[in-house]
Amino acid sequence: MEMTLTGRPLVAGSAEGIALVSKEPLSLWGGVDPRSGQITDRRHERSGAIVTDRVFVFPRGKGSSTSSATLMESVRNGTAPAAIINVEVDPILALGSIVAEEMYEKTVPVVLLPEEAFSSIKEGDHIVVAPDGCVTVRRRAPGGNESA
Amino acid sequence: MSVRLGDRDRQMLEGKFGEASRIAMSVVSRMADVEGAPELMDVTQAHIDACGLLSDAGLEFAETLVAEGGRVRIPTTLNMGPLDLQNWQAFGVPEEFAEKAIRQATAYEKLGCIPTWTCAPYQGYLTPRFGQQIAWGESNAIVYANSVLGARTNRYGDLMDICAAITGRVPRCGLHLTGNRKGQILLRLVDIRPELLRENSLYPVLGYLMGPLCANKIPVIEGLPATATDDQLKALGAAAASSGAVALFHAVGLTPEANTLSDALQGGEPEQILEIRFDDLVEARHDLGAVEEGRKLDCVVLGCPHYSFAEFRDLARCIETEKGRTTHPNVTFLVATGQQSCSLLQRRKDLMDGLQRFGVQITLDTCVFHSPIVPSDAKVIMTDSGKCAYYAPGELDVEVAFGSVADCVRSAAAGIVRRSDASWK
Repeated sequence: MEMTLTGRPLVAGSAEGIALVSKEPLSLWGGVDPRSGQITDRRHERSGAIVTDRVFVFPRGKGSSTSSATLMESVRNGTAPAAIINVEVDPILALGSIVAEEMYEKTVPVVLLPEEAFSSIKEGDHIVVAPDGCVTVRRRAPGGNESA
Repeated sequence: MSVRLGDRDRQMLEGKFGEASRIAMSVVSRMADVEGAPELMDVTQAHIDACGLLSDAGLEFAETLVAEGGRVRIPTTLNMGPLDLQNWQAFGVPEEFAEKAIRQATAYEKLGCIPTWTCAPYQGYLTPRFGQQIAWGESNAIVYANSVLGARTNRYGDLMDICAAITGRVPRCGLHLTGNRKGQILLRLVDIRPELLRENSLYPVLGYLMGPLCANKIPVIEGLPATATDDQLKALGAAAASSGAVALFHAVGLTPEANTLSDALQGGEPEQILEIRFDDLVEARHDLGAVEEGRKLDCVVLGCPHYSFAEFRDLARCIETEKGRTTHPNVTFLVATGQQSCSLLQRRKDLMDGLQRFGVQITLDTCVFHSPIVPSDAKVIMTDSGKCAYYAPGELDVEVAFGSVADCVRSAAAGIVRRSDASWK
């Protein structure tokens, strides 16, 4: 199955990866370890999951204003997600990605999707993010092979 | 780029004011597009949070700005840093960490920032005025500046803060504009006993509860007493900005934009009305740090946000009631604060002596989350702070007992977690 969702690119760029999906907001500082890419917030439903190279799909950022620096450090360390998909603008996440681009010429695209499109992405989907904010979702049929 | 830039903005972006200003303006103007702001506006003060976390990327960014001739254009204070700059050896901080932290501190001072090194800048030097347009970092400082002082800042992330300070400009949007400061969610405190409303530990618990209820909306709290202190509102805001993204709250009859409920709502209706009852608070308090009575305690952490002089006075009073008992040898008792509160404390030898006799270690300019000062084998910590209780499990890999400052003192002396639930029954 393949579907194309139209989003708004907050930080434009191309990326590809497997979806890591959460319905809960997250503070990256105090929530993700930039050395390992692991979600460390024990109150978070995906605590223990690794965000590195995944397309991290969660509704929005919250909490610490240090999260931008955490994201930049993750980019420097190579532990950052491939891309971030949110429902609501969290300027602090976009900021981390923009400053990382200034410093390291590597981009973690940040795309906003409408609620319904956001909810249609499932854990393990193969996601391609395009610079115009288009999100292509490929899903394996249950028990079958990935149908492109 | 769709933001309309002024002439000077454009010159900065073209590099006419040097490379550091170009980088900073590039970040500020791109952020204007992220936020959908039509243009930029002036700010007249900044508070930098980016100096707090020690990361290789953060250090590289600060040193790049210095190397490229960066200099802040507006009065700029610094949040706590990753190191007790005067006394780091006493806390067993590794030398390699200290060396990098000193490099980072030096970089921010070279950029022209005032070395205040506190996360409670609103209780010290250069407190913003009502209505002043500012660019502040540090979630607890942001919510305090907006809510309690009535100054105007958005939730500026680390690194945007220094870019705003270098350019003196921010996107014109969000909480800088009157219409966006209207209360959205009405939180009614229902049937809460007056004794509990006076109790310090109510405030971080209420903040912790508010965070997820409000997400990034603006809450209006109805039912707080007019006697609520600055320190209580500070604890409330700090907790709400940890469990949620609250950047502004109104408290009817208490905060400057909420003389009346109608003022807080700017004459409109709330989008949602929620009632908060005693049972909700009890549950939130439990959730915040439920380590049970009698468990072995390793460390007490106070001063998140940085302790004020008034909070030190309360602490000293609690210690006095312990009648000469001292901190148990297995417990480390840490209080984080800034230079200003500490110098007030040092003038009061009676208070200082009491704290020292009890075994309180005061750390300046830093905090337990950014400097490795909590003993690394600590398994259970106790705190009076909702913010600390919220972040400690993930950041310090410890279990948390949340309690009043009196509980913290009693537990430290006993070496085990003790709570008096008198006001909570």
